[in-house]
Amino acid sequence: MSPRYAYYPGCSGLGSSLEYDTSTRAMCESLGVELVDIPDWNCCGSTPAHAVDHLLSACLAGRNLEIADGMAEERKLDGIITPCPSCLKNLKTTQRSLSDPEFRRKVEQVLGKPLRAGLPIKSVLQVVVEDLGVEALGRLVKTPLAGMRVVPYYGCIMVRPPRLMRFDDPENPMALDNLLRELGAEVLPFALKTDCCGAALGTVRKDVVARLSGRILDAAVEAGADAIVTACPLCQMNLDMRRPQINRANRSRHNLPVFYYSQLAGLASGQGEAATMMDKLCVSPRLLLNSLAQHTGERA
Amino acid sequence: MPSHPNVIDPAFTGEVQRESEQNLALCYQCGNCTAGCPVSFAYDYTVNQIMRLVQAGRKREALSSHAIWLCASCETCTTRCPNDIDVARVMDALRHMARREDMVSEKAVGAFWKSFLDSVEKHGRVYELGLMAAYAGRTGRMFTDVDLAPMALRKGKLGLKAHDIEKIAEIRGIFDRYREQQQ
Amino acid sequence: MNIGVFVCHCGSNIAGTVDTEAVAKAALEYREVVFATDAMYACSEPGQAGIVEAIGTYALDGVVVASCTPRMHEATFRRTLERAGLNRYMFEMANIREHVSWVGKDKAANTRKAAELVHMAVEKLRRNERLQAGEFDIAKRVMVIGGGVAGIQAALDCADGGLEVVLVEREPSIGGKMSKLDKTFPTVDCSSCILGPKMVDVAQHPNITLYALSEVDSVDGFVGNFNVTVRRKAAYVDWDACTGCGECAAKCPSKKTPDRFNEFIGLTTAINIPFPQAIPKKASINANACIKLTKGKCGACAKVCPTGAIRFDQKDELVTEKVGAIIAATGYDLFDFTKYGEYGGGRYPDVITAMQYERLLSASGPTEGHIRRPSDGAEPRDIVFIQCVGSRDKSIGRPYCTGFCCMYTAKQTILTKDHMPDSQSYVFYMDIRSPGKNYDEFTRRAMEEYGAKYIRGRVSAIQPKNGRYLVKGADTLLGRQVEIEADLVVLAVGAEAARGAGELAEKLRISYDPYGFFLEGHPKLKPVETNTAGVYLAGSCQGPKDIPSSVAQGGAAAAKALSLLSKDKLASDPQVSGVKLARCIGCGKCESVCPFGAIEMIEFRGMPKASIIETVCQGCGVCTAACPQGAAQLRHFTDNQILAEVNALCL
Repeated sequence: MSPRYAYYPGCSGLGSSLEYDTSTRAMCESLGVELVDIPDWNCCGSTPAHAVDHLLSACLAGRNLEIADGMAEERKLDGIITPCPSCLKNLKTTQRSLSDPEFRRKVEQVLGKPLRAGLPIKSVLQVVVEDLGVEALGRLVKTPLAGMRVVPYYGCIMVRPPRLMRFDDPENPMALDNLLRELGAEVLPFALKTDCCGAALGTVRKDVVARLSGRILDAAVEAGADAIVTACPLCQMNLDMRRPQINRANRSRHNLPVFYYSQLAGLASGQGEAATMMDKLCVSPRLLLNSLAQHTGERA
Repeated sequence: MPSHPNVIDPAFTGEVQRESEQNLALCYQCGNCTAGCPVSFAYDYTVNQIMRLVQAGRKREALSSHAIWLCASCETCTTRCPNDIDVARVMDALRHMARREDMVSEKAVGAFWKSFLDSVEKHGRVYELGLMAAYAGRTGRMFTDVDLAPMALRKGKLGLKAHDIEKIAEIRGIFDRYREQQQ
Repeated sequence: MNIGVFVCHCGSNIAGTVDTEAVAKAALEYREVVFATDAMYACSEPGQAGIVEAIGTYALDGVVVASCTPRMHEATFRRTLERAGLNRYMFEMANIREHVSWVGKDKAANTRKAAELVHMAVEKLRRNERLQAGEFDIAKRVMVIGGGVAGIQAALDCADGGLEVVLVEREPSIGGKMSKLDKTFPTVDCSSCILGPKMVDVAQHPNITLYALSEVDSVDGFVGNFNVTVRRKAAYVDWDACTGCGECAAKCPSKKTPDRFNEFIGLTTAINIPFPQAIPKKASINANACIKLTKGKCGACAKVCPTGAIRFDQKDELVTEKVGAIIAATGYDLFDFTKYGEYGGGRYPDVITAMQYERLLSASGPTEGHIRRPSDGAEPRDIVFIQCVGSRDKSIGRPYCTGFCCMYTAKQTILTKDHMPDSQSYVFYMDIRSPGKNYDEFTRRAMEEYGAKYIRGRVSAIQPKNGRYLVKGADTLLGRQVEIEADLVVLAVGAEAARGAGELAEKLRISYDPYGFFLEGHPKLKPVETNTAGVYLAGSCQGPKDIPSSVAQGGAAAAKALSLLSKDKLASDPQVSGVKLARCIGCGKCESVCPFGAIEMIEFRGMPKASIIETVCQGCGVCTAACPQGAAQLRHFTDNQILAEVNALCL
């Protein structure tokens, strides 16, 4: 029986990371993973909520968990998955803090409903790598990303804190490395794969993002990469949309594109540039995609 | 806010301990948190100094620090602490306390978080354009990220209309009851 | 029977939370108690004199002392009784300190419990017998397990004292960690120059038998009469014939064998002598690397060996040695730093351990004493030393301080400057721990005279950058982050229990702590003894130690063994099992459960019966529990005595 999950897209999936959401859905479909959108889901609260108050954060995340609980039995759900690490961390933190009965009582009071929050919560990446195995993705590859030199960038919280996330090695995760290699890309070692990009400070402290994201771009170029591959909407936005700000602040001219891994998975399995929404990327991947096509053509 | 550096509040350590559920006495000031903190360059106090302020009961300095608001919650400190202290959670707790005690030093960060949550309360989800407008209005920073707007709009990365959820009343109820509980 | 009861205050240790006077008063109500009193310190000279006096005055023939644990003072009071003319086994101790006053705060409840424990002791004492110790012969030989500097010292001291010594070493050569060091702190004298002569002494001493490349397989017996089976692992070389000429290694074609002695920096041959000063200086073959042993072809060494010593068909051999005492000196292992993913987890070639750095510094090492980066062979200029890697780190289960890393790091910065005057050393530290004689002056010298830059803070991560390494640390004194670009990073890895320490402890029946270090008999007063008679500890197997402490302990353990084996016979403990032949049905259950092989089946009037070998029995009592007939009874702990205690408590 094919796996079936409650799907939590996260707010950015409706706007700034539409291409991540769309390509993730396409990838899941081709892998036979059935996604059931959590009906009428709301924002998990993201960084602002947990920075302001744990209770509010837990209540916002908790409403989504409660809705998923409600349909878990009828729809035979294997768990809740989300593509966004920030949403993931909030949902998982909430689930963990509910083990304190006093806190749970408060949350249920605010929600006005009892809460079970028993379903396992994972990232889409974790399901693909751990449950299905990257080979499953490999079997779908029609046009391998041969010749494409990439560095995988996991961001801070895909694997951290390890006691909460329970996924991969917190200091040297390999999930994306292995996945991208399976797609045929040349994956370069990348020491900054879990360094912070500046996260949610982009709007208020551009200097922080310019410096941190700038370091990541510098290191990717030094490693000899053609592109950075991410699994986090906030990282992608900082490295991609904020590129002019970063380049201006650091007097750099970095122009390497920043993909979502799910876009590359779609591309390698023959979904085409339109379906994987390559046009949504702010730093154009045009040159790279052209040379990839040429490479593929030559081999054919 | 004028600081009174030598005023020590011995109860403060215990309050942070309760709120963060972390034992501050475990910290032996090795500085690993500071060493790995990506935002440290922008802080007024390093992370281990924040921990030390808490250990020493220096409430005012800790809560009015800029550092706690610039923390990106990247969890590097928590991951590498040799004493398994969830340092990021301590930073969270300090922010909660600072907000309650009206000691938020990084007004812009505070304003951004507030605008974000207002947007959630209003729509149930984050409405990015509305959020930016509210934030600009609240801080007077009218040109924040305005340079990115043309690109973001062209790429359809900044939705022009809000995606309100259906049962928005439920969200407002959550915010209402949350506020009642806080009183 | 006239019983006297003495209730000790132990200062305020007991009297603080137990009404000792009330306990003594209650004791007067117990059967056959004719005298009871409380005493400030029963173990003190006046305290003991009071007991002796009471024995005379009240014609006591049994004594109960209610005080601390029998581990502490049972032997003391037994001697007191003997001085007063009583049998030493007419004595019972009620532990009202560890079991009462230290664990409870409620004085009324404590007093009640103390009185009940005294009651139990009285009821047991009423059934005690006047046991007499026998004597047994002992083997005047000692086995030293581990040939590092502690074991070498212990072996030499025992041998000089006239004992026959069997020294067992797991590696092909003795010398241990010290033989890998270049120089030693705080004198910076050459390690092999001071250790080498001692190693030669071991080889030449007429009283020492050395089994290198050998491990303890099993241990039987007891103090004075241990039987230790040693596995002599196949060297694939007949060491009686090998002259250590080294022809074999010169001709061995398998030249890319990981070099254990050189901490896997550099390569060696499949057959080799680990280092020039090795003792014994004999060749051995690494079976995993040998072409002949893995693929069946080659045999180059056998062709060139002038004495025909190569034996590809050699097998492990078991030998059993009878010894009276055992000294464990199995040392430590280095913390495996690959657990630190943030330091590269072993993926960065120029992030090395301090021991690897020692091999780079050593003139007999793979670079002949030239400091070279493993990655490209270049001479490094900026070197970062990181302390406390695997020490004082709860998150990886190593909360303890290794204790000697601060010192060896200071030494390495000094040697680095000596080797490369243009180099710059940086040391990230948390605290400098240098309490030994001339130690702190030494660390100061590293800074003041050799210009090592000490930075107080831990390092969060090491990241490769442009062929060098970005070390991301903190300067907590300055309140800043520090980033240093280094050519080479040396990790001061801490010490952990030697591989297999737990298994050896099980064989020796000694205790070990949660980290695998062996437990001493008493943390202050029995630092080289264990709780198993006749087994002693020396060096880092008991906990991380530097060279002078290890040598001192080696000597101390030897003194203990010499003192034990200076007697011709040892007194046997009469608290052993005995079988009532009339009740025994000869089922043999006791024989099968006895962990010491102390029970043999005999024929008595044509019937099978169990019989205890009293000198072998250790009094563990397993047979008495297994016996379906109650025929096996442990003297001094008979079923009747235990039941009397239970009845005293419950009825």
